Amino acid sequence: MKPRNQGPKLCILFACLIVAAALIFCWIKFAFRPFTALFSGISAGAQLGNIIFVVVIAVIAVLAIVIAIRSCRRYNERTGSESILGSTMIGRLASSFREYKKYVYLTPLCVILESIMDTLIPLLTGILIDQGIKNMDMPFIIRIGLVLLGCAVVSLGLGMLTGVFSARCSAGYAANLRHDLFYKAQTYSFANIDKFSTGSIVTRLTTDVGNVQMAFMAAIRVAVRCPVMLILALMMSFSINAELSYVFLGAIPILGVGLFIIMKYSRPVFRKVFKMFDRLNTTVQENVRGVRVVKSFVRQDYEKEKFGKNVDDIFYGFRKAERILAFNRPLMQFCMYGSKLLVCWLGAQLIIESGQTAMSTGQLSALLTYTLQILMSLMMLSQIFVMLTMSRASMDRVDEMLLEEPTITDPEDPVTEVRDGSVSFKDVVFAYSKHGDKPVLDHVNIDIKSGETIGIIGGTGSSKSSLVSLIPRLYDVIGGSVEVGGVDVRDYDIESLRGAVAMVLQKNELFSGTIRENLLWGNPDATDEEIRHCCHIADADRFILERPDGYDTFIEQSGTNVSGGQKQRICIARALLKKPKILILDDSTSAVDTETDAKIRAGLKNYMPETTKFIIAQRISSVQDSDRIIVLDEGRVTAFGTHDELMKSSDIYREVYWSQQKGGERLEA
Amino acid sequence: MKRNFAYSPPGGGRHAPRGPREKITMKSVKTLGRVLGMLFKEYWFLLLIVGITTVLSSLANTRGSMFLKELVDDYIEPMIGNASAEGYARLLRAILYMGLIYLVGVASTFLHNWLMISVGQGMLRKVRARVFNKLQTLPVKYFDQHGYGNIMSLFTNDVSTLRQLISQSIPQLVTSIVTIVIVFTNMLRLSGWLTLVVCFFIALMFIFTALLGGKSGRYYIKQQASLGELNGYIEETINGQKVVKVFCHEDKAKADFDEKNQELRRNATRANTFANVVMPLMNNLGNIQYVVLAVIGGALAVSGVGGMTIGTIIAFLQLSRNFSMPVSQVSEQVNHIVLAMAGADRLFQVIDETPEDDEGTIDLVNIKKDTGDEFVECEEHTGAWAWKIPDGNGGFTYKRLLGDVILTDVDFSYVEGKQVLFDVTVDAERGEKVAFVGATGAGKTTITNLINRFYDIQDGTITYDGIDIKAIKKSALRRSLGIVLQDVNLFTGTVRDNIRYGRLDATDEEIVAAAKLANAHGFIEMLPEGYDTVLEGDGSGLSQGQRQLIAIARAAVADPPVMILDEATSSIDTRTETIVQRGMDQLMHGRTVFVIAHRLSTVMNSDLIMVLDHGHIVEQGNHDQLIEQQGIYYRLYTGAFQLD
Repeated sequence: MKPRNQGPKLCILFACLIVAAALIFCWIKFAFRPFTALFSGISAGAQLGNIIFVVVIAVIAVLAIVIAIRSCRRYNERTGSESILGSTMIGRLASSFREYKKYVYLTPLCVILESIMDTLIPLLTGILIDQGIKNMDMPFIIRIGLVLLGCAVVSLGLGMLTGVFSARCSAGYAANLRHDLFYKAQTYSFANIDKFSTGSIVTRLTTDVGNVQMAFMAAIRVAVRCPVMLILALMMSFSINAELSYVFLGAIPILGVGLFIIMKYSRPVFRKVFKMFDRLNTTVQENVRGVRVVKSFVRQDYEKEKFGKNVDDIFYGFRKAERILAFNRPLMQFCMYGSKLLVCWLGAQLIIESGQTAMSTGQLSALLTYTLQILMSLMMLSQIFVMLTMSRASMDRVDEMLLEEPTITDPEDPVTEVRDGSVSFKDVVFAYSKHGDKPVLDHVNIDIKSGETIGIIGGTGSSKSSLVSLIPRLYDVIGGSVEVGGVDVRDYDIESLRGAVAMVLQKNELFSGTIRENLLWGNPDATDEEIRHCCHIADADRFILERPDGYDTFIEQSGTNVSGGQKQRICIARALLKKPKILILDDSTSAVDTETDAKIRAGLKNYMPETTKFIIAQRISSVQDSDRIIVLDEGRVTAFGTHDELMKSSDIYREVYWSQQKGGERLEA
Repeated sequence: MKRNFAYSPPGGGRHAPRGPREKITMKSVKTLGRVLGMLFKEYWFLLLIVGITTVLSSLANTRGSMFLKELVDDYIEPMIGNASAEGYARLLRAILYMGLIYLVGVASTFLHNWLMISVGQGMLRKVRARVFNKLQTLPVKYFDQHGYGNIMSLFTNDVSTLRQLISQSIPQLVTSIVTIVIVFTNMLRLSGWLTLVVCFFIALMFIFTALLGGKSGRYYIKQQASLGELNGYIEETINGQKVVKVFCHEDKAKADFDEKNQELRRNATRANTFANVVMPLMNNLGNIQYVVLAVIGGALAVSGVGGMTIGTIIAFLQLSRNFSMPVSQVSEQVNHIVLAMAGADRLFQVIDETPEDDEGTIDLVNIKKDTGDEFVECEEHTGAWAWKIPDGNGGFTYKRLLGDVILTDVDFSYVEGKQVLFDVTVDAERGEKVAFVGATGAGKTTITNLINRFYDIQDGTITYDGIDIKAIKKSALRRSLGIVLQDVNLFTGTVRDNIRYGRLDATDEEIVAAAKLANAHGFIEMLPEGYDTVLEGDGSGLSQGQRQLIAIARAAVADPPVMILDEATSSIDTRTETIVQRGMDQLMHGRTVFVIAHRLSTVMNSDLIMVLDHGHIVEQGNHDQLIEQQGIYYRLYTGAFQLD
C-alpha cells in the first residue's frame, strides 16, 4: 500500500480557505452596509454595483476551484500518487474531450450565469413585494415586473443553452471515449486481450462508458451549479440581512455533518450490495445457460435456494443501505424548517422593532427563498459526491484500458516482404505470463522448409496451439526466436507477416453478414472466381450452393445458422483467399467427417503446393500423410518425422495411433 | 471479469430497443392495476400508513407557505409601531405551533421513507424470487424460444424499472398529486382570480412538457436503437477480436465502428437536448407566472377587488413557488410509469407462463436389502432403485428398477409441421449400451431429449421398465437418468461443488473417486487450489476437454441407473477417451447406457447401434452385424460415406 496521500486534503483545505476568505470579505463589506441603500430606494447604480460584486465573487470562487484542482494534479504528478480530485486519471480521461472542449468550458459558464440569474430573481421579487405591493405602487410593480420578466427570459435562454451544450458535450465525449477505447482495443495483442478477457472489454466499452458519461454530465452541470448557488445565495442573504444569515452558518454545518455521516455509512453498504448484484446475475446466467443440466440433475430446488439466498442478501443489504439514506430528507427538512422558523422569529422581531427599516416583510420572504436554495444545493452536492464515487470504479476500468500498452508493436525499419514459407523455431521458450511458473513451450528447435506439410499431434494441453500461434507473432517468445522466411518474426511489419500467414483458429468466428462478406475478409478484392475456387478446395461450395441464397446467405451473429462443420469449412475458405505462404489449421476440421477432411487435405496439396501447411489434429488420419509430423507432449517436441518413422520411434504416436485404430478411423478415403 | 452482467448485460441493448414507444394503452393500465394489486395485497397496512404520512408531510409543507401570510398579516403588521410583550408571546406561540406542525411533517417524511424501503425492496424480493422460481418450472422449450439475453434482461432491466416504479415513480406521483391538490385548495381559499391565472400556467406547463417529452421520447427510441446496434457491433467484433487480428482487419473494424458511434452520438445529443431543456423551461415559466401573479395581484389589491391584502399576495406568491415543481413531476412520472409497465408486463408474462406439466405419480426411491433379504425403501444412496407406485388408495407398491427403455413408433416435431422423428422404435434392454449414429440433424439428441421428457412425443409410446414415462414424475424420471451433454455448463463455485452438483450428499471421497474415474483427478490436483479452486465464468480457465472431464465426473458421482452420453467425449483426445471409457464401462456395468458420438471409436463396442437418417432409423444391430449388412454404417466405417 502507498503511504496515505495528504495532497488532495491540502488542496481541498486550500479551496476552502479561499472560499472562506471570500465570505469574510463579503461580511466585512456588509458590516459597513454599503448596499442597504438598495432596499430603501432603488438606485440603478447600486443595483449594478451589487451585480458586479456578485459576479466578481463568483469568478473568484471558480478560480479557487480551478487552482485547487490544478495544484492537486501537480501534487499528484510530483508524488506519483493518485486521488480522484485532479488525478492524472482524470487528466487522461479528459484528453478525450477534443473537439467538444469548447462545450466543456461553455457549459459551466452558462450554468454559472444561470445560477446568478436564479439568485437575482428572489432578490427582485423581494423588492417587488416591499416597494411595489406594500405601497401599492403599480408603475413600480410593472417596472420591476418587467426587469424580472427580463431576468426570467435570460435565465431561460441560459438554461436552454446549458441543456444544448451539455447534451452535445456529454454525447460527444462519450463517443470520443468509446472511439479511443475501441481503437485502443484494435492495437491489443492476443496477450492484452487474454489479460482483459473479451467480455470485460465489451463491458468497459458499453456499461462503463455509459457510467462515466452520466457522471460527467452530472459533474459539469450540477457540480458546478451547486457551489455557485450556495455561495451566491449565501451572499444574497447576507446582503439582505447579515445577522439573520448567521442562522445558515449554524444550519449548514449540521446538514453538512449529517450528510457526511450518512454518506460515510451508506457507501460501503452500497458497494457490498452491488457485488451481491453481480452474484445474483451470475446465478441467473448460469442457471439459464445450464437449464438442461439443472433439469436433468433435478436441481431446481437447489437452484431456487441458491437464488433465494442471493435475493435475501440483496434485500437485506439494500434495506440497510436505503435505511441509512432515509435519514437524508428528514435531516434536510429539519434544517430547512428549523432555519425558516428561526428566520421568521428573528426576522419578525427585527421588522417590528425597527418599524420595517432594518428589514422588511419582502426581504423576509426573499430570505426564506434563499434558505431553500442554500440547503438544496448542499443536498445536491452531497448526492453528486455519492454518484462520482460510484462511477469511480467505471472510470478506473476505462482508464485501465487506455493505459494498457500493446505488448506487440511493429519494429523500426520493419521487413515488409516475406520471402517464402520456411519456418524455424530456434530454442523457443514460451509462457503466457512472463513470471509464469512452467513454460508451455520448452526449448523447441524445429526447421521447416517452404512448401512442406507438417502435422502436429499431442494430447489435451500439450501446447499445440501455442506452438503455431508464434508463427504469425500472435504472441512473443520469452526465449529463442521464431523465423519465417529466414527473418525473425519480430523484425517484420506485422501486417505483412500476418498477410502471408493464414491461420484458422480453433475457436473461429464468423461475423454477421453474408457468406460472401465473411469470405472477403481474406481478400477484399477477391473475384467471384477466386471465391468459388477457394470454397471448392475447402469443400464448402456444395453446401453453400444448396442454400437458396448461395453466397449471399446471411450468417447470423456468431454463425448460429450454420453447422459446426460448415462453419469450419467457411473459415478455411476465408483463410485460403489470403493466398498465404503459410497456412495453419488449428484443429479446424474436428467437426468435419473423415472423408471431407481427406478431400480438403488433397485439395490443399494439389492447389497450394508452395504453401507451407501446418495441420493440428486429434485424428491420426488427418496428419498421417503429412511430410513430417511433430509429436508434442507437455510443451516438448518428443518426436519429429514421417508417419512411418514415428510408428517406429515414438511411443506416444503409436499409442494414439492404436487407440484410434480400434475405432476404425484408420482407413483412408 | 465477472461484472459483465452487472446492471445491464452488454448484449441487452440488442434485444428490441426498449424506449418510451409504449403508449398508454388498456394493457398498460391493466398491468399497472396488477402491480398495485400485488402491492396492496402484500402491504396494505404499510401502504395505508405511507398514504397518511404522505398527506401529512405535504400538508405540513404547504401549511408552512400559508404560515408566512399569517405571520405578516396577523402578527407583524399589527405590531409595527405598537410592539407589546403580549404580542411577542402570541408570535412565539404561533411559531412554536408551526414548529410542531413541521415536526410532524419531518416525522412523516421519515416514516414514509423508512416504510417505503420495506415495501419497495420487499416487493422486488418477491418478484425476483417468483420469476426465478417460475423459470425453474418452465419447459426447455421456453428457453429455446426466448433467448438467453431476453431472460437475463428480465432480471437486470425489467426488475430495475419495476424498482424505479415502486420506490420512486409511484410515491413521487402520489406526493405530487397530493401537493397539487392541497396547494390548489389553499390557492382557491386565498384568491379565486389568481388561481385562474395559475390554471392558465398549469395548462401551459403541461403543453410544453408533452411537446418536449414527445420529441425527446422519439429521439430516445432512436438513441436506444443505435445504442443497441453499436453495442451489438462492439460485442461481435471484440468477441472475434483474435480473428480480426489474424486477418489484419483492424482498419475496416474501426471505420464501421466510427460510423455507428457517430450515429449514436447524434441521436443521443438530440434526445438529451430536449430532455435537458424541460427543467429550465419549467422553472422560468414558474418565474414568469410569479411576475404575472404579482402584477395582477397588485392590480387587484390597488383596485380593491376580491379583498386582496398584502399578506394574501405574499402567501399566494409563496404557494405558486410550490406549484411548478409537482406539475412538471407529474408529467415526468407518468412517462416513467408507462415505460415501466412494458417491463412489468414482461415479468408478468413469465409469471403467467404455463409450467411444464407433470401428471406423473410414480416416484423413484433408493432401496436396500433388509435382514430378511427383502428390498426396503431407504434414504441413502445404495446403487439400487425401485419405482414407488401409488396403488390408488393411499398405499404403494414397489417395482425394482431394471433399466429397460423401450421406444415404440415415436413421432416427434419441435415445431408443428416439421417432423424430425418418424416411427422410431428402440429397444434398450437392461445393461445394454445403445449407440446412436447419424448426421447432424438426424435426430440423435432429440431421442434423448424425449427419454428424459425435455419434450413430449406426439405419437407412439416410451416405456421405462414397462411403465409409460408419462406416469413417472418428471423429477423421478430425470433422477434415474444421468446425462452428459456436449456443451458443458459449469457453475461458479469450487471444482468440488461442481462435481457434487451430481449428488448433493456425496462425500469428499466419493467426489475424488468420481474424478479419478473420469480421469479428471490428475489435472484437478494440478490446479492452484486443487479441488477447492473456484471456477468462474463457466470454468473459463479450463480447456474444453477439461470441462468435459469435470462434467463426466459430475455425472459419475450421481451414479444413476441409466446414463446418456451425448457427444460427451468429443473434445477429449483419443488416448484420454480410452481411459475414461474404461472407467465408465466399469461404473455402468449392468446398467443401461445411451451413447451419441461422432467418432465411431466411441460407439463401436456398443451392444446395439442405431443408425439414424433424417429422423428415420435406417439400420440397427451391433458392430459386426452392421458391418456384415454392408449398409450406411459399413460405408461410414470404411470412410466411403460422410457424416455432416
